[in-house]
Amino acid sequence: MSSATAAIEVTGLRKSYGALEAVRGISFSVRRGEVFGLLGPNGAGKTTTVEILEGYRERTAGTVTVLGHDPQLRSRELRARVGIVLQSCGIYRHLTVGEVLSHWARLYPSPRPVSEVLEVVGMTDQAHQPTRRLSGGQRRRLDLGLALVGDPELIFLDEPTTGFDPAARRNAWDTVRSLRDLGKTILLTTHYLDEAQALADQVAIIKDGRILAQGSPQELGVGGHGQPYTVTYVDSSGRRVEHRTPDPTSLLHELTADALARGERLHQLSVTRPSLEDVYLDLTGQDADGSQTAMDMGPPKRAAGRGESPAAGGSDSPTRVTADA
Amino acid sequence: MPDAIALGWRQYRLERRMFWRNPAAAFFNFLLPLALLGLIGAVASGHQNELNIIVPGIAGMSVMTTTFIALAHNMTALREDGVLKRIRGTPLPTGAYLGALAANAVTNAAVQVSLVVIAGKLFFGLGWPKDWVELIVFVAAGVVCFASLGVALSHAIPNSESAPVIVNAVFLPVILISGVFFDPKHAPSFLRDIAQALPLKHVIDGLSGAMVTGRGLGDHLSALAVIGLWSVAGIVLAVRGFSWEAHRS
Repeated sequence: MSSATAAIEVTGLRKSYGALEAVRGISFSVRRGEVFGLLGPNGAGKTTTVEILEGYRERTAGTVTVLGHDPQLRSRELRARVGIVLQSCGIYRHLTVGEVLSHWARLYPSPRPVSEVLEVVGMTDQAHQPTRRLSGGQRRRLDLGLALVGDPELIFLDEPTTGFDPAARRNAWDTVRSLRDLGKTILLTTHYLDEAQALADQVAIIKDGRILAQGSPQELGVGGHGQPYTVTYVDSSGRRVEHRTPDPTSLLHELTADALARGERLHQLSVTRPSLEDVYLDLTGQDADGSQTAMDMGPPKRAAGRGESPAAGGSDSPTRVTADA
Repeated sequence: MPDAIALGWRQYRLERRMFWRNPAAAFFNFLLPLALLGLIGAVASGHQNELNIIVPGIAGMSVMTTTFIALAHNMTALREDGVLKRIRGTPLPTGAYLGALAANAVTNAAVQVSLVVIAGKLFFGLGWPKDWVELIVFVAAGVVCFASLGVALSHAIPNSESAPVIVNAVFLPVILISGVFFDPKHAPSFLRDIAQALPLKHVIDGLSGAMVTGRGLGDHLSALAVIGLWSVAGIVLAVRGFSWEAHRS
């Protein structure tokens, strides 16, 4: 990939805090206009990586380029082109939402109109409210508004929906999608699989400071390549049965035929398409519910280059068909 | 550079606006010293010797509250709330931002000392200051010294909750032994020795020279030297320990 089209280029990045190596040689690149998800459990090195890209930390080794700049030189020009949403961050308590946004707008060379930003983050009604009276979710939206008001080309979102209720998460997702539609490049970190799957064009799964796998959500999880579907049901003795198969059609045919022959029902029958979650759990060594894996999953592409597949417009959540037969 | 100055000016005006909207800040920076001056001045009314100590004493204390206390609190809160980190991610130049914070404290010190000087003339029989240059020199020296020490102290304060305890544990003993409310010549000698080693007594001595006795700068060079040494220490510690990020993380 040529650097002309890459918003972020990271090669062999390492970061040590004393004896602790938080980031152990990671490489990835983010194309302009793409949503890139850095997915991993807590303590994986996501925030350290992002804070190096944002210019908050100095790396121990490796090269990093953000919009053509080395972020640790902290050039003003770069900061004017980047918007940052930190994990948790306070704001002036004695100003209103509108006042904070207009002050922030003046720090940037070509800001977006404050009224427009208020609308994008859905805070028009709160414009005259002091920030100290905002709810947690509203404060996160203000965080996003402050990151957007400078009209950045590149936006960092560090765990943007942590602590959100489901409706607020959906709204935040819609906002991220609308930013991508505006041509913004977005790097987001998350430990929510469904978030990475729903939003990211490219995902890097990171754990213990290393990238374990990289690619589009489809490449990593969904979309064949012999990756098994999961078929589960509860049998007549109340036991939960789980099968993994690359061919759910014939398995379902067998199961339902047998059940009908015995005059039984397959309670809570479900077919789950393999998802990013399976790859993630496999790679990060976590076990979602302690159930045994009947079949070995093929090794996912390890830190593979991204394919030519189109952007993940259709990266919906795994299809789940549930029926009481 | 002109752009940085313009941004710093905007930040300064924002700091002023927030200051007046923050009741706690307005109380500690303005009302408390003036209330103390009014009450203690009323108690001492008719005793010009005591008033001649109290008025410059309160002026010196005002320099300390508006810089040392205010900055120790503010820098701790800004750091722990994550405001410093957020500002760091914007194109606002560091110098413009920190300059605006400092200018905000300097404004408060100047306004407060002016109010004390006016009250001294109108209510406490002091007349106008005899040496304006000396007044300005000692207010400026006190501001630099206490502002840097306040920022330095904020580095040692782990969170906003503990800030008032730590700041007052320093501030209250210092104002009591440094002769804000009474003439320390009757205090035990070890307390006077401690006060001699600290900057506030020397700021008050200089202000007293400017406002009351008329003894000029030449008589207060050693006082300026002590303030200068504390300023150097304060600046070194303020710069070396500076953190844009919350200590808790």
